[in-house]
Amino acid sequence: MNTLTAFDYKLLLAVPLIPLCGYVIQIFFGRNLPRKGDWLLTGGMFVVMCITVYMFFSKALGHEGTLPFWNESAATEGGPVFRWLYDSSAVSSDRNLVAGILYDGLGATMLMVVGVVSFLVHLFATGYMHGDRRYHIFFANISLFTFAMLGLVLSDNILFLFVFWELMGLMSYLLIGHFSHDPTSSRIKFAAAACKKAFLTTRVGDTCLFFGMAMFYFLLPREYNELVGQGLIEGDTVLSSFRFSELWQMTGAIVEAHGGDYPAWMTVAGLFTFGGTVGKSAQFPLHIWLPDAMEGPTPVSAMIHAATMVAAGVYLLGRMFPMMSPTTLQFVMAIGGITAIFAATIGCTVNDIKGVLAYSTISQLGFMVAAIGTGGLGIVAGLFHMVTHAFFKACLFLSAGSVIHGCHHEQDMRKMGGLRKMMPITFAAMLVCTLAIAGMPLFAGYYSKDRIIASAIESVLTQWRGGNVFVMVVLPLAAMLTTFYMFRLIFMTFFGEYRGGHDDHGHGAHGHDDHAGHDAHAGHDGHGHDHDGHHGHAHTPHESPTNMAIPLIVLGLLGVFGGHMWLTGDPLSDYGTWFTKLVRWEDMYVLPDGTSLQLLKMNMLEVSEHNHHVGHIWAVGVSLTVLVLGVLAAWWMYISKRQDSEAGSGDTAALFPIPAQVTGKLGLVYEAVRDKYYIDEFVNATVIRGTMVAARVQSWIDSNIVDGLVVGTGKTARGFGFLCGWVDKHIVDGAVNWVGNTTQAFSSVVRLFQTGRIQQYISFAVGGALLVAAFHILT
Amino acid sequence: MGVEAYMAVAGVLFALGIVCIISRRNILYVLMGVEMILNAANINFVAFNRYGNGGMEGRMFAIFVIILAAAEAAIALAIVLNVFHLFQSVRPSEADILRD
Amino acid sequence: MDPKLQQSVFYAVLALAVVAAIGGGLITHGAEGLAFGLFASFTLGGSLMCIWERSVVRSAFSLMATFMGVAGLFVLLGHDFLAMAQVLIYVGGILALLLFGVMLTPPDLTERKLTRVGGAIVFVFGGAGLVWNHVQSATRSLAVLPPEELAEATTQDRAIGLAFLHPEQYVVAFELAAFLLTVALVAAVYIARRRTEDFEPEEAA
Repeated sequence: MNTLTAFDYKLLLAVPLIPLCGYVIQIFFGRNLPRKGDWLLTGGMFVVMCITVYMFFSKALGHEGTLPFWNESAATEGGPVFRWLYDSSAVSSDRNLVAGILYDGLGATMLMVVGVVSFLVHLFATGYMHGDRRYHIFFANISLFTFAMLGLVLSDNILFLFVFWELMGLMSYLLIGHFSHDPTSSRIKFAAAACKKAFLTTRVGDTCLFFGMAMFYFLLPREYNELVGQGLIEGDTVLSSFRFSELWQMTGAIVEAHGGDYPAWMTVAGLFTFGGTVGKSAQFPLHIWLPDAMEGPTPVSAMIHAATMVAAGVYLLGRMFPMMSPTTLQFVMAIGGITAIFAATIGCTVNDIKGVLAYSTISQLGFMVAAIGTGGLGIVAGLFHMVTHAFFKACLFLSAGSVIHGCHHEQDMRKMGGLRKMMPITFAAMLVCTLAIAGMPLFAGYYSKDRIIASAIESVLTQWRGGNVFVMVVLPLAAMLTTFYMFRLIFMTFFGEYRGGHDDHGHGAHGHDDHAGHDAHAGHDGHGHDHDGHHGHAHTPHESPTNMAIPLIVLGLLGVFGGHMWLTGDPLSDYGTWFTKLVRWEDMYVLPDGTSLQLLKMNMLEVSEHNHHVGHIWAVGVSLTVLVLGVLAAWWMYISKRQDSEAGSGDTAALFPIPAQVTGKLGLVYEAVRDKYYIDEFVNATVIRGTMVAARVQSWIDSNIVDGLVVGTGKTARGFGFLCGWVDKHIVDGAVNWVGNTTQAFSSVVRLFQTGRIQQYISFAVGGALLVAAFHILT
Repeated sequence: MGVEAYMAVAGVLFALGIVCIISRRNILYVLMGVEMILNAANINFVAFNRYGNGGMEGRMFAIFVIILAAAEAAIALAIVLNVFHLFQSVRPSEADILRD
Repeated sequence: MDPKLQQSVFYAVLALAVVAAIGGGLITHGAEGLAFGLFASFTLGGSLMCIWERSVVRSAFSLMATFMGVAGLFVLLGHDFLAMAQVLIYVGGILALLLFGVMLTPPDLTERKLTRVGGAIVFVFGGAGLVWNHVQSATRSLAVLPPEELAEATTQDRAIGLAFLHPEQYVVAFELAAFLLTVALVAAVYIARRRTEDFEPEEAA
């Protein structure tokens, strides 16, 4: 059990503090700094990235991979642990609030991912946001967001995690609405609506998380102490705590005392906690904010809505996994599966380049959540996918940003095409990361996605349950759709001939699918502040400048090797991967006493060696099959029968005849998918309309019943008031006036001494002192 | 010399300070009188410290009195200037709006 | 009475009183008495002159004699550090401030009324004389050592410095005093500053 040195602690504390300091400097002085301060924050993030990568490698590779590193002992060794409400004697107090740093394998990995992606996005933004009128505010906000995310990863207790979680929500709100402050932007209303929607929708999940958190905080120690009282748990009673390690310990002991069963309330609390994930990671019922969030600047989409903040929900699941009962996990798995397939289908119909990536993100998050829900090694697979996904999805978003930047803020894929030759670096990065997300062997996504499908198959082989079967069927389908829509994106954007620049006002005149990606996406040509630099070649796309290309290259390389990094031996043997050694189940949940949580028998599937082997073989076969099928389908629909002669006409149906035929045959089904299964409309009709109706009802009650009561009370009071008034005027006032008159009579005498001259006052004082002294002498 | 001699000097100085405050019709004399009074108090502090049982207290108090006097003088001068600015006069009897 | 004559009479009486005090001290207590008489004369004579003089500049300068006299009394009492602080702060600081006040306000040579000064003296000293007896009897009960039992008056600068910084003695008061001086400085600047509208030219109506 190795611990961190004091120097390591300082480094870890510096990690969130650097962006925080950067934010403070930027918000006050950013406008006046040279280049509006972007170099300051980007440089700070470079330092952060260096620290996180150094910590990651020195701690992950410097020791045997099987050894976890953790800091819980810091509480006893004088590490940076802050005791707020802490009473060491468990008898006199039942509240315990200690905050510190938890830096274990999962945290190290996540921290490294966040550090790397944040720096690259900062760097990218120096190019992408160039010329924005709120450039310095943008950097300040994104820096504070980075602070929140790093703090969330380093938190060793769920309360601080929640605080940073909310801060991230706020920064997400501000960054999505970045253009809503720009009066020259045509998207100003959409940006404002989108950020409001994101904030309110995630707030639903956050409230759930708060309830779950409170339940664990209050009920876990109560149950634990009861069991101690009954002698079922050996040891002393404990305090309430938010710390993960103590929550894990209590859960382990409670479940063991119950003979491997979770108490029923823990299922409820686990579901509430999962609600936070549903909101933040855009899972099925609450996913509606993420596509709209694409109104934000593309670097924001890459960082917040692909790599870090939405992954925080999955990270939370990883942290809270021991508290999730098998029932909760079934629910988690089902939600993840539904989200994966359903977002993937929508992704096939969207024409906005960022919209495709947004639905792809939702779908991939569904993969992770479903993987964690399968139990067993699925949690490792889900977290692994979170890491690889962060790299390649950030790269995809940044590439999309580069495309949008190059095409002068055109986001509609139907107006792109042929960009392969004009933007070679962007094309290469995007292709690599598409291969990664599609699960091409030897690319990053392959390892994690393959592992997820294997987990799903193993879970079915081990336990034949409806949920397991559903996920096993759905995930490969979603993977196939992923391949399809990602290659559709590549084919539409980079192949064929360039279709932009011919009809500047042409959208709306297309064929069958001109409504797809309707309100939020089409024609994002609004923030026209950096057009000055592009007038010379206004109608041809161009490659992005170096500071935007470097992040693409780095992230593209990570998209390739991000999976290999985790491998130590045989690439086909998942037990040999580096990640599973770093984030080993046995070492993920280390208790305060230094041992690790042994929940394996309780809420984890125990997969037999045979089933594991079978599952793995099948997963390889299935994922390769769906990959080939997806690519072929995309090829058939968007390359093989493409009518390049129609490229200039703006008629998408004529350009791509096959999709038009297919969608024509699907009819209503297609329309349902294209309109996102009418979920937004459903929410409008139920939640929003319902809220309005309820508000109107309450308003009626307010104005008729409550106001009637109030008015009646008022009238009564007024009548009483008249009575009082009479008494007051004739009886009380008389007395008061008498007192007043008497006082006035006296004061007219006293007033003679009140001259307002300080010298006279001093004379009076001296005289008085002498009188007192004389009185003493005489008596 | 006993402590009474110092007390006598301090007492007379104190009384002269009061006379200075109440007899002259220039606000600067009020300031000077206050300084005399503080000095008288200081003489007493130091004298009792010397003739007492050898502690530090009197001396330390005297030092703090001097410090306070310095602060007081700065503020008072500012007030004097402000009074002059407000009433166009340095006679304390002119500044009698406290009466109202 | 003629002002010049008044002036001569006042200074003659003052000189006589000083000579009497110094001589009395020399006769009764030897060299120490001489020094005490000298310093006490400086102290009280300075403050009397301060009250007497018409010109506020003269009054302020005569106050210097008071401050120096008090410093001399401190030396006599064996507290040379205090004496030095007295000279530095009072003569160097406060007196200079007073002179600034004198410079920034108009002279007014007619404000002194002899009747007023005399009345105040009679009022204050008459009353004080009444209580003097009582005060003297009260000091008898104080823990005052007779001169022959006194310890040697030694320089105690080091003890003062240590006492200032000792956490169980005066460090809090010391820091508070520092804070107070800062606040006083800032407040003085704030109170005495001229508002910007004072500098704006009057609009020609």
